[in-house]
Amino acid sequence: MSNYAIEFNSVWKKFSRGEKFDSLRDLIPSMATMAFKAKTQGELRKREFWALRDVSFQIRPGDALGIIGPNGSGKSTALKLLSGILKPNLGSVCVRGRSSTLIELGAGFHPDLTGRENIYLNGTILGMKRAEIDKRFDEIVDFSELRDFLDTPVKRYSSGMHARLGFAVAAHVNPEVLIIDEVLSVGDYHFQEKCFAKMKEFVRKGATLAFVSHNLTAISTLCKNVLVLRQGVPIFQGDVSAGIQKYHSFYEEETKSAAIELLEVHLSSTNGEERDIFDPGQKVVFEVRLRALKDLRNCHPALHVHTTDGQLVFVTATSRLTDQKLTLAPGESAKLTFSLDLNIHGNVYLLGFGVTPEIEIPGEWLYYNPRLRRIIMTDSRRSQGLLYMNPAIKFQYEHETRKAPVFSRT
Amino acid sequence: MATTVLSGSRELPHPEGRNVSEGFTQYKELLFMLTWRDIKIRYKQSLMGFAWAILMPILVVSSGLIVMVAFAAMSGKPINKLDVLSVAVKSVPWAFFVAAVRFATNSLVMNKELVTKIYFPREILPLAAIFANLFDFFVASSVLTIILIVTRIGVSIYLLWVPGLLVLLLLLTASCGILLACANLFFRDVKYLVEVLLTYGVFFTPVFYSASMLGKWGFLLLMNPVGPVLESLRNTIILHCSPDLRWLAYSSAWAILGLLLTWKIFQKAEASFAESI
Repeated sequence: MSNYAIEFNSVWKKFSRGEKFDSLRDLIPSMATMAFKAKTQGELRKREFWALRDVSFQIRPGDALGIIGPNGSGKSTALKLLSGILKPNLGSVCVRGRSSTLIELGAGFHPDLTGRENIYLNGTILGMKRAEIDKRFDEIVDFSELRDFLDTPVKRYSSGMHARLGFAVAAHVNPEVLIIDEVLSVGDYHFQEKCFAKMKEFVRKGATLAFVSHNLTAISTLCKNVLVLRQGVPIFQGDVSAGIQKYHSFYEEETKSAAIELLEVHLSSTNGEERDIFDPGQKVVFEVRLRALKDLRNCHPALHVHTTDGQLVFVTATSRLTDQKLTLAPGESAKLTFSLDLNIHGNVYLLGFGVTPEIEIPGEWLYYNPRLRRIIMTDSRRSQGLLYMNPAIKFQYEHETRKAPVFSRT
Repeated sequence: MATTVLSGSRELPHPEGRNVSEGFTQYKELLFMLTWRDIKIRYKQSLMGFAWAILMPILVVSSGLIVMVAFAAMSGKPINKLDVLSVAVKSVPWAFFVAAVRFATNSLVMNKELVTKIYFPREILPLAAIFANLFDFFVASSVLTIILIVTRIGVSIYLLWVPGLLVLLLLLTASCGILLACANLFFRDVKYLVEVLLTYGVFFTPVFYSASMLGKWGFLLLMNPVGPVLESLRNTIILHCSPDLRWLAYSSAWAILGLLLTWKIFQKAEASFAESI
């Protein structure tokens, strides 16, 4: 017997894009096939695609593995295979020990039943015995902070209350193996912190954890190792910080255009040192050398900054700032230099670049790439939040014996 | 240590894999809990509460009585007490069969959340639906038992058949319910088909009348495997005589073969429930 808590051995899983069966007419033959014939597991039929391709990983008891990747990369599929909800087409999945799966908080709550009844129902569904629930009932209620609403039907709960009760029950199953899909995104900050603390406690007590999240801070705090998936293919497996770097690099892409060719792109600090990691408040210099493939007359180069989830942080066009427009004949080239104050906080941002012929008509681009380069902002110990507001501080003690601190802008 | 092995390759199951008896004790509580849930939500926020459990059988018995009055008017024979009680004794189990199969058919689809989000053996869902209706059946049977005692129908040694007959009815219900739940997951029109069959099924089953009333064509009513069970209940409880063993053997064969086939199909199909629902 091997000494892994979780084993995922060259797992392949396919899904169908369209509807599986068309009508009742197919029922009898398909059921007969299911019952008596070995399916052709390894081949793709029409409209099928691989959600996971040859994915292998092992987790030792007491270890935590983070699974990250863009949307649609197969993370949740991997977790559903671990929990047994889905079965692999090829390969094998093995989980040793009592496992608890959190794919969705409060799945299995019945809206008409009260909070109290749902604690028992959901606890049993998650694998607890009645006596265990009796014993931990008060802990669960205290954790959820819903004592006043225990006898209210769950359908009258707010979504935050629903999630709180869901996590509270799941957190008290005391599993040896915990399988968690993105569940920290619900509830307020206070409750998220509480859930996160509970998960850390699990890992400290020696539970095995498989954890999917887009919250990379949570991943890097909980897990030493990560698996990076992209379109069902494992891209990277190993140390968490290297994995997160790899994951960020997915966001950069090249764009081809018939009008403009980018020759060089540079990101650097003000002293000319090439870099893509900055501290809040620093300046970035962004250089683009481009060549015209067509006649460009009075065009408007534009600069964008987006968060990784698509939120626009900043956009401007050179012509809006300087009245200067870009005019190039085919074959001519130019170098554009932008400089920005990075008054933003620890996260990943995408730097985009575009050239438009007519600034008042949005969406018409000669060249457009919203993800040309990525910028990683370091976590600042001095401040947090969306923006870095470049603070200055001055104390004025009104007793002369104390020396007042002064913090002036950098 | 509980170990779950899910293998997609066609190999022998892992030696430490889930076996039936271990699975049963582990999931017995879950079956109980889901049954309790199904009973509870039926009586929550409802006007009539537990009266629902006897309403359905009362309706079936009353419609049976109307049929009998019509027969009596045509043939000129008066209605006797035994015929009325026979209809009651057959209606209550029939009402259970109809309600349980209907409820079980929808059980997997209604619990989509559970099927796609949490793993446990899926057969628990249709079984819980059937057991929840079994509870109603026991409520209705208690009322019926009181009526039988009050009407002094009497007891005989043949009453010993009754538990066995009820088990047979339960097995037939389970094999129908589980198979149809599985089919309805893949094809949503199954529930409409089931609805029609259950509504008109009463005419193809000896509920309001007995198979003997059809003379030599009586066997047609008994072809429906539930038919011989109902007839046997009437024989043993009302008429105090032995059931027809050949027809009972026929029903039992249906129950056992049906369960085996259902189980095999269900086990195979279960793997793709979450992605097909």
